[in-house]
Amino acid sequence: MSLITTAILALAALAIAFGALLGFAAIRFRVEGNPLVDQIDGILPQTQCGQCGHPGCRPYAEGIANGEDINKCPPGGESTIQALADLLDVEPMALDAEHGEETVKKVAIIREDECIGCTKCIQACPVDAILGAAKHMHTVIESECTGCDLCVEPCPVDCIDMVPVDAGLAGWKWNSPSQSNIIATDAQPFKSISAA
Amino acid sequence: MSSLIASTSRRVFDFHGGIHPSEHKSDSNQTTISRAPIPPELILPVQQHIGKPAIITVAVGDKVLKGQRIAQADGFVSTHVHAPTSGTIVDIGDRPIPHPSGMTELCVILAPDSEDKWCELEPEEHYENLSIEAIQSKVRAAGIAGMGGAGFPTDIKLQPPQQDKVATLILNAAECEPYITADDRLMRERADEIVKGIEIIAYALQPGECLIGIEDNKPEAVAALNSAVKGTRIEVVVVPTKYPSGGEKQLIKLLTDKEVPSGKIPADIGIVCQNVATAAAVYRAVRFGEPLISRITTLTGQQFNQAGNVEVLLGTPISWLLENYGYQPSNPERLILGGPMMGYALHDRDTPVIKTTNCILAPANDELPLSDPAQACIRCGLCADACPAELLPQQLYWFARAQEHEKAEHHNLFDCIECGACSYVCPSSIPLVHYYRHAKSEIKQQRLDHEKSDRARIRFEARVERLEREQAEKEAKRQARADAAAKAQAEKALAAKNEENKDAMPANSGVDPKQAAIEAALARKSTVQQDKTSSPAELKEAWGKAQAKLDKMLDALDNAKENAPEQVEKLTRAVEKNQVRVNQAKQSYEKSQSENAATPSTAINSNAAPALSQADISQLETNLAKAEAKLANMSDSLTQAKQDQPELVEKLERAVAKNKVRVQAANQALLDARATLKQEEG
Ligand code: SF4
Ligand code: SF4
Ligand code: SF4
Ligand code: SF4
Repeated sequence: MSLITTAILALAALAIAFGALLGFAAIRFRVEGNPLVDQIDGILPQTQCGQCGHPGCRPYAEGIANGEDINKCPPGGESTIQALADLLDVEPMALDAEHGEETVKKVAIIREDECIGCTKCIQACPVDAILGAAKHMHTVIESECTGCDLCVEPCPVDCIDMVPVDAGLAGWKWNSPSQSNIIATDAQPFKSISAA
Repeated sequence: MSSLIASTSRRVFDFHGGIHPSEHKSDSNQTTISRAPIPPELILPVQQHIGKPAIITVAVGDKVLKGQRIAQADGFVSTHVHAPTSGTIVDIGDRPIPHPSGMTELCVILAPDSEDKWCELEPEEHYENLSIEAIQSKVRAAGIAGMGGAGFPTDIKLQPPQQDKVATLILNAAECEPYITADDRLMRERADEIVKGIEIIAYALQPGECLIGIEDNKPEAVAALNSAVKGTRIEVVVVPTKYPSGGEKQLIKLLTDKEVPSGKIPADIGIVCQNVATAAAVYRAVRFGEPLISRITTLTGQQFNQAGNVEVLLGTPISWLLENYGYQPSNPERLILGGPMMGYALHDRDTPVIKTTNCILAPANDELPLSDPAQACIRCGLCADACPAELLPQQLYWFARAQEHEKAEHHNLFDCIECGACSYVCPSSIPLVHYYRHAKSEIKQQRLDHEKSDRARIRFEARVERLEREQAEKEAKRQARADAAAKAQAEKALAAKNEENKDAMPANSGVDPKQAAIEAALARKSTVQQDKTSSPAELKEAWGKAQAKLDKMLDALDNAKENAPEQVEKLTRAVEKNQVRVNQAKQSYEKSQSENAATPSTAINSNAAPALSQADISQLETNLAKAEAKLANMSDSLTQAKQDQPELVEKLERAVAKNKVRVQAANQALLDARATLKQEEG
């Protein structure tokens, strides 16, 4: 009998000890915020354009975490959808055309001599990528511009253009060999020989 | 040869993998280095090195002397560019440059004047008289970038690491890539220059030991070096011929048995590597003050009648070398920049020779046959046996192919030196390296994008925070003001009680003209709106928008009633105004509805019309409406500006005029589309 009592007591003691430990760990190592939303937000392109119907990327990340479709972000396009599908373990879907199409990356450029310095574009820019002061010429900090397009509409003199990013040599990428089955030294396809 | 190897006491180690492709060195190393004639035009790219492109410091029309700086290094990792001969700058513009992309890049075009006149140089007979810093700055001023192929600015590699000493200085003379013999010939003919250059580098770095690593297929060069190093601390170490022994990490392993950890550079383990040609350039820079304006390039392959090594001015178009050295184009033509293992196809013959151009290869069609079409991987593992970086090429291939970049990175994709050994041995002829290059550039792009999006997120959050803060501040101020106003009101009321009989508020008379003006404007607007034949859908949208705005205002009003009593009056007025607007919008919508109902035939017709053109028309209608709204907006700004910002009037007028044209164009487009639609229907 005393053997059983000892066993029960020992188990109870263990249970209490581990319970206390786990309880402590739960408080001590508490994760702030919602890690899933953070992860989703990390995948979204942070253009902050609102094309998804949310006032920024993070609210959409929250929406996705709550079960919204993952195909509403046109700037992110195919690759973002794929990454989200991988993260959430769901089937990737085609981009929802209702929210726009995936286009080439663009940046805003202000035609500076036409700018009247109304500061409207500054107020519209979600990432503070426009520099200027009232009644003075404004300019876009190209490296910070996400190409969200939001500054174009408010400009009363239409002096903001969205131009495709030209990264030049630095932006050049090797093509995929599965698209063209040739090695680097034979970058020009010589069909006649390879047949021989 | 065995006696040569025996003469070096040092033990040579081995690296994993490697291959033995046929060498073809004797094709080009039999003759002495010749000097290429000066071409009629030199093309000097601002980017001939790793790092930021140099900034051009000359203008078209400038006369320059040989050795004069024409572009300046931009930042730390960058190099200057100098005029290779005297002449006139005739153009500055985009020209094709040596790059696998075949893209163009900014170049300075120099027309030589055949005088070949040097600018003033600063020679220094005894480098020992110079400080280490002075040597670095001389090398920097000479614009020297690693001449083995990578083109890393040499002056940076001359800065001794802060924490610890350089244990070993290694001079790379392996030249393991088939066909290329530029370093071989240089060592045979100018071994003393190389050794003096090494001494200068060693003076700057103070290494514990100094080794020259050279493959045993260059016995003449070994002999020349051995006699040149007599009496110095420099040691010539002969290593067995095996591709890629000239890879930096491989040579380090061969000579010291040390491995550079993944993601690290040799300097992290106390080793600095330099190329022998770079050493020669350093010597000329310090001893004679000569900048880097020429290099030795191998012209080889069966399509060259006079294969060999040439000393060529940087910027010389490759087409000029082809003409002057008996080049016969193969059919189809095939030119490779660099060697057969790591080189890439030349896209344009007018590409210039730059600081890193070590070889121009023109193989006959049967000399370097193109690889067969790729087959499926049979998991034979030959590639893993050949890989000098001890990677798992077949695994990397699967990941790269499936775009599983993360996994590829975990398998150390970035340790791949793109040597091509795996592709060389692959029995299925899979272009493995190409896959890795593709995957690497994709990953790099993704990293950049990610960095940028992180920055955007931080900026966005900072902005949101700022706006909230400003809002809170405003709110606090408003509250304070409201309190003060309430107090004043109470006092006033008290005072008013005292003087009961006061006249009616005169404020009303002040509001009236304004009100009238607003109403007039509204009336104007509504007529404008009625003038254009808007579609019912559009009118409905306008109505919805007006309603939404009204709702918003009502909210604001409620809010104000609680917090900001002084705003209530203003808001009430605004709400009234908007109510009118909503009513108007509703009316015009209903009117158009009834009109549509009255003319059912058109409605049916437009329904029956092709959906595409109907969509087009509504698109055009929105365009027009947008343009008109913008125009109205601008006109408002213009009136405003006329009153208080006369300096803007001109700009705004221009913008208005431009927009009028746009509105007309949009209108025209709409009319045209309507007409076409009608025709189609009819
Ligand atoms: S500058 Fe314009 S396009 Fe660029 S981020 Fe700001 S609002 Fe968007
Ligand atoms: S909105 Fe247009 S006019 Fe106004 S500051 Fe920006 S760029 Fe200048
Ligand atoms: S190319 Fe890369 S993977 Fe292939 S053998 Fe060379 S280092 Fe290894
Ligand atoms: S050598 Fe080619 S076939 Fe063999 S395992 Fe490697 S990739 Fe596959």
